[in-house]
Amino acid sequence: MTLQTVLLVAAALFSIGLYGAISQQVVVMVMMGLELMLNGVILAAAGFWWFLSPAPDGQVLLLVVITAMTVEMAMGFAVATLLHRSKQSDMTDMATDLAQ
Amino acid sequence: MLSGIVFWVLAVVAVAAGVAVFRVDSMARATYALAASFVAVGLSLLLLDLQFLGVMTVLMMVMEMAIMAIYMIMFMGMNPALMPMSMVHGKRPALLISVGTFAVLATGALLVPWPTRRGAPAADLVTSLGEAVMESKMLVMLTVSPVLFATIVAALVLALPRSRYDRLGADLRGRADR
Repeated sequence: MTLQTVLLVAAALFSIGLYGAISQQVVVMVMMGLELMLNGVILAAAGFWWFLSPAPDGQVLLLVVITAMTVEMAMGFAVATLLHRSKQSDMTDMATDLAQ
Repeated sequence: MLSGIVFWVLAVVAVAAGVAVFRVDSMARATYALAASFVAVGLSLLLLDLQFLGVMTVLMMVMEMAIMAIYMIMFMGMNPALMPMSMVHGKRPALLISVGTFAVLATGALLVPWPTRRGAPAADLVTSLGEAVMESKMLVMLTVSPVLFATIVAALVLALPRSRYDRLGADLRGRADR
């Protein structure tokens, strides 16, 4: 296990998540793509922390990334609920005019 | 040696489960695949001695995926969430962009001359994290706390239907419009 291998796995997870975030039509599936991207970021940050500078600061940064994931999930579910109430749909293509 | 083998097994599981998220034929299965990917990454964090963050990732993401499965069934009904379906747009451009992103990131990971490790991990990493967020990095906690509270408020405002204040005005003495 080296930094390079950890980063390769993280890059694979990030890229798969990016594919999902761009291609999926259902809001919850788009959120899954974003979660997968953050999954890769967490792994990469953990690899940087362990292999470059294992000080507590890196752990705090990881804590912030995990918090960002929590915020993304909560707001994503809220927007999905709002979209479903206003449009009776959970597709991203129907979300181009949320203001109306 | 053993940790290296375990890491590769977890890495294959994480990536394969990540691919399965967008390949399986029902969204409920996709949530389980994503949960498996997160569990594999959480266990990888344990290999890097991140006990607290690894366990937290596993617990949090398993719970989140359970909630996500409930949301899917709630919004789409039992059949669409559990039956085979494919709802994608721009599949080929998305595939090209993601492959290109992986190529760039992998090239950077392999070609950048990474510096050697500086310093050594603390004897008790969980304690050192707790001390950091309660001492030198307390500003992070002070920032994260209101952000999470604001998220709760914002999510409720978005998710709740119109309240009596929307219908009756700020002093609640207006005329109801419905």
